[in-house]
Amino acid sequence: MSHASADSFVQSGIVARTLARRGRWRVPEILFWLAALASIWLLPDRHLILNEIAIIGLFAVSLDLILGYAGIVSLGHAAFFGLGAYTAGLIAKHFALDPVIGLVGAAATAAALGWVTSFLVLRGADLTRLMVTLGVALILAEVANQMAWLTGGADGLQGVIMPAILGRFEFDIFGTTAYVYSLVVTFVLFVIARRIVVSPFGLSLRAIRDNSLRARAVGIPVNARLIAVYTLSAAYAGVAGALLAQTTQFVSLDVIAFHRSADVLLVLVIGGTGYLYGGLVGAVVFKLLQDMLASITPQYWLFWIGLILIILVLADRDRLTARLTAAWRARATGPAGGAGPAGGPHATPASGER
Amino acid sequence: MLTILFDGVAYGMLLFVLACGLAITLGLMNFVNLAHGAFAMAGGYVTAILINRWGLPFLATLPFAFLVPAAIGLVLERTLYVRLYHRNHLDQVLFSIGLVFMAVAAVDWTMGSQQQFVTLPSWLKGRVDILGVQVGLYRSFIIVVCSVLVVALQLVLAKTRFGSRLRAAVDDPRVARGLGINVSAIFAITFAFGSGLAGLGGALGAEILGLDPTFPLKFMIYFLIVVTVGGTTSLTGPFLASILLGVADVAGKYYVPSFGAFVIYSLMIVVLVLRPQGLFARAR
Repeated sequence: MSHASADSFVQSGIVARTLARRGRWRVPEILFWLAALASIWLLPDRHLILNEIAIIGLFAVSLDLILGYAGIVSLGHAAFFGLGAYTAGLIAKHFALDPVIGLVGAAATAAALGWVTSFLVLRGADLTRLMVTLGVALILAEVANQMAWLTGGADGLQGVIMPAILGRFEFDIFGTTAYVYSLVVTFVLFVIARRIVVSPFGLSLRAIRDNSLRARAVGIPVNARLIAVYTLSAAYAGVAGALLAQTTQFVSLDVIAFHRSADVLLVLVIGGTGYLYGGLVGAVVFKLLQDMLASITPQYWLFWIGLILIILVLADRDRLTARLTAAWRARATGPAGGAGPAGGPHATPASGER
Repeated sequence: MLTILFDGVAYGMLLFVLACGLAITLGLMNFVNLAHGAFAMAGGYVTAILINRWGLPFLATLPFAFLVPAAIGLVLERTLYVRLYHRNHLDQVLFSIGLVFMAVAAVDWTMGSQQQFVTLPSWLKGRVDILGVQVGLYRSFIIVVCSVLVVALQLVLAKTRFGSRLRAAVDDPRVARGLGINVSAIFAITFAFGSGLAGLGGALGAEILGLDPTFPLKFMIYFLIVVTVGGTTSLTGPFLASILLGVADVAGKYYVPSFGAFVIYSLMIVVLVLRPQGLFARAR
């Protein structure tokens, strides 16, 4: 064994330890999920809206995977959400299968679409990606509209009756089962996503986001990584759509409309990109805002949403997010670490030698 | 067959006038302005209000349809857009979607959600038969007006002092500034002019495209397609793309009505995948 490879062996040990430390669960995170769990009992009459928050949160997490970590700007994420919703709705309507099987089916179809369209996204820069993702979503919305015999067209998919989850938990009118179900699914998928983004795979995504040319130069297979994360994100969005279809027992063209793609982008931006919790926090804030504004001006809440977007951008959301993540990381490294504001992989090995 | 071609060309010309402001902001200044359609809507509403409430003749409303959106564009550019030139595309997208949402809600609030109608003067209605081809008078009018605009624009960009300053400011703002060109003033004027043209396009197109508060969202994709498919290094690209899309759209809706909307989106995706820089652009 040459000296160089022994060196790199030691290095990879350090990297593995660093990654393991970064992947450790922090106290605030555990508190966050405990609060979510507690909401089941503490807010018993709010389960319908909480269910929506969990679903939007999962949808935003799926967008964060490609936007926050891989830097792919998408204006058509509703394509996967909608496909998942229709898949789950159709599975329930025609086969009356267990909702969990519906979730798997939705994830599979959405992932398939994500994989196919990821090749389109590889071409070109931001603007081309925006247009291509938007175009894919618009085409899919048109397909759903045209295939009325299958999707019900503008009237929506009617007569969806959801069997009990795992044959045991019936959906109730207060949305309690629905909320618990959505929360559990969101939590499980979140844990997986969290594991993925602190893995070497997740690190390589950030490298691609920051500078894809340099990432390629250090030997990261850029295209393969982007295809993988795009497919994964599509599957997540599909599951979120399936949850909505199953818990509301109804699917309409609304699930695939443009405003859904815009909404989820907004949700993620409110919460901040690139730290996964942004999607969840954004979902809570967005839903509460929507609830509040809609009760003041029922018809024109779009106006206020627009205003909030503009203010967010003018207030420099990047810096806001950076501050949030810096605070997060400072707490994450705890008293022992001094990862500093740069916090990148260069800074961590130094603080890693305990 | 020739009628479809004719209608398609008229439609394409209209698209170009609507989109050429965007071709400049997006194409030359590299700013993703999804709110472009809102300026077009403003022009359409100015014309509709002036005709329906004040009784002005159609032609007399057109200057206002240009000036009002241009003024709005100028104010917004100076106050808001100018802060975002150096931001990334995502910020620009979010900002302009915000503007669109506000415009849609504001128009819905003040004007109601129903469709607005623009009454055309009688000499623009009807069709005539030229060499066996049915030619709509209003569409011929659009073709004439738009052709004049296209030629004028091309001349301004290519031949005038302002045009060369604009091109310099776009290619390298720092050097242009060093040469004593007032880059920010040029950008402001260009932006206002582009917004004005969009407004004019909105007024001309209200009859064909329809006019209601969702206009900016409904046609946003068309404008973007024109610019991205046409490529962004010149105005010729977007112009040819507009004609191509106009004809494809009209022909698609006529021959395969159930696939009408697919034609244009699929065309865009195919073009972007094959030529990410646009159909008529040299790779930069």
